Amino acid sequence: MPEIIVCLKQIYDPAQIRIDPSSKRPVTEGAARKISDFDRNALEEALRIKEKHGGKVVALIGGTKDAAKEALAMGADEAFIYQYDEKTDHLGTASILSGFIRTIKYDLILCGEASVDEYSFQTGPRLAQALGIPVLAYARKVELRDSDIIVERELENRYEVSKAGLPALVTVTKDINQPRIPTLLQILGASKKKITEISPVKPEVGAETLDIIAIEMKRKGIMVKSIEELAGVILSEKQRG
Amino acid sequence: MILVFSDDNETALGILGKGREIADSVKSEVGVISFGNGGEDAFFAYGADRIYSIDSQPFADRVVEVISNLNEQYRPEMILIGGTKLGKEVAARIAQRLGAGCVTDCIDFSIEGGHMAFKRLVLGGRFLAALRLLRKPQIATIPPGRFEKKAGKTARGEKIIIPFTPAGSKIQVMEIKKKAPQELNIEEADIIVSVGRGIKNKEDIGLIKSLADTLGGAVGCSRSIAADLKWLPEEHWVGLSGHRVKPRLYIAIGISGQVQHIAGIRDAKTIIAINNDPNAPIFKACDYGIVGDLYEIVPGLIEILKKQV
Repeated sequence: MPEIIVCLKQIYDPAQIRIDPSSKRPVTEGAARKISDFDRNALEEALRIKEKHGGKVVALIGGTKDAAKEALAMGADEAFIYQYDEKTDHLGTASILSGFIRTIKYDLILCGEASVDEYSFQTGPRLAQALGIPVLAYARKVELRDSDIIVERELENRYEVSKAGLPALVTVTKDINQPRIPTLLQILGASKKKITEISPVKPEVGAETLDIIAIEMKRKGIMVKSIEELAGVILSEKQRG
Repeated sequence: MILVFSDDNETALGILGKGREIADSVKSEVGVISFGNGGEDAFFAYGADRIYSIDSQPFADRVVEVISNLNEQYRPEMILIGGTKLGKEVAARIAQRLGAGCVTDCIDFSIEGGHMAFKRLVLGGRFLAALRLLRKPQIATIPPGRFEKKAGKTARGEKIIIPFTPAGSKIQVMEIKKKAPQELNIEEADIIVSVGRGIKNKEDIGLIKSLADTLGGAVGCSRSIAADLKWLPEEHWVGLSGHRVKPRLYIAIGISGQVQHIAGIRDAKTIIAINNDPNAPIFKACDYGIVGDLYEIVPGLIEILKKQV
């Protein structure tokens, strides 16, 4: 029965991050934290695989106990949390994750294809590379068959159905499923499940953020008065090619 | 040396132009990695000093292997990779293998304090981050279409054939299904007609679809239509947590324009907004806007456009 690890990242909801009026830097204070959207799809997919094949789902979370409780309420069997600071880049994250994963047994690792705050698409492929296991990125369908994973990957102009032997890592897209919302009973039940804090390590980093500054969106903002005028704009924009 | 690779030739040519510029400013050279045959001489015309030619398909495992080996042999300062889906995967894997950092979707470069700063959009595209890569090689992916290709000197450079015997991959491709042109692929769509909470009934999406069909575009929607009301499947959801799109023309109908939605359409070339609320935030984020009832405007548009398109 498959042992599945799901990697989840807790982020500040980017839509709630404010811009400091004088420095133009991001202000996270007051912004809600949440599990990044596609990571939630990864957890949902792991739970569906478990419902079909049995086994165990372990949530590995960069974030707080609140995020762990949410993953457990959705149905994960056990959660491990680790803290990371803002200096941790993708090299650092991959080394924290792979260092821990090497100490436990697993068949399949699921990640979201990217986090919605950064959209870097790095963690899944890096983690697979660090562990020396195959990676199947951008999955919109996943099927476990004996000791193989079969995945339909969405690429620019085609879908690719690929197969790899386990253990393997799969990153999933938003379209793969609709994540479940836990019931009150599940939320209460989750308090009995185990959350373990992974002792902090100071990872190596390969990238340093020098600055983050808000940018102005430059749009024309021209108001038109009639449908005819609007149709004219649409036609000229369409023909511009 | 600056090494350039993309599995998409046009993207490789665009990056070459930028790579040439950087190389000239630091008196370095540009090498390009070419998988498969054909069209290689264009790389010389667009700025390459050297071509590393591999007679193989650019499968991810092979690209990782080849670029890691080239790094071992030539120790490039920088590796710039076309940010296709394959490009993003291999860039991350190569960086991990080499113990290096990597900047995804780098849109600009600048020299700051004697170091190269790599710029990228973060936090819903509302912020520009500047990053420094601390180790060699400095690896970044560049979004397709970001830089224009520039014809350079016509001198033919050096072409080096890289012998390559593929190791057995752990991944077996069983089937490739081409996407049909009319199939919804909102992230690649050229024209998107998108709908929000301004419509009153699920059936009225037919009206939006009819306008999209008239223009040969795809149908998109806001969060509430996909996630809350479920009037359209999530493939249509445009926004930070849905799909980020980059059409030439984006028409937002009855969409108020929450931060989350605007972040998803940041890369649209032209945004047109139709909304009955003159204070809707979408009007601050559009190129052209009209205040009015979508139930009058959309049918009117379809009638006019049908005669013209």
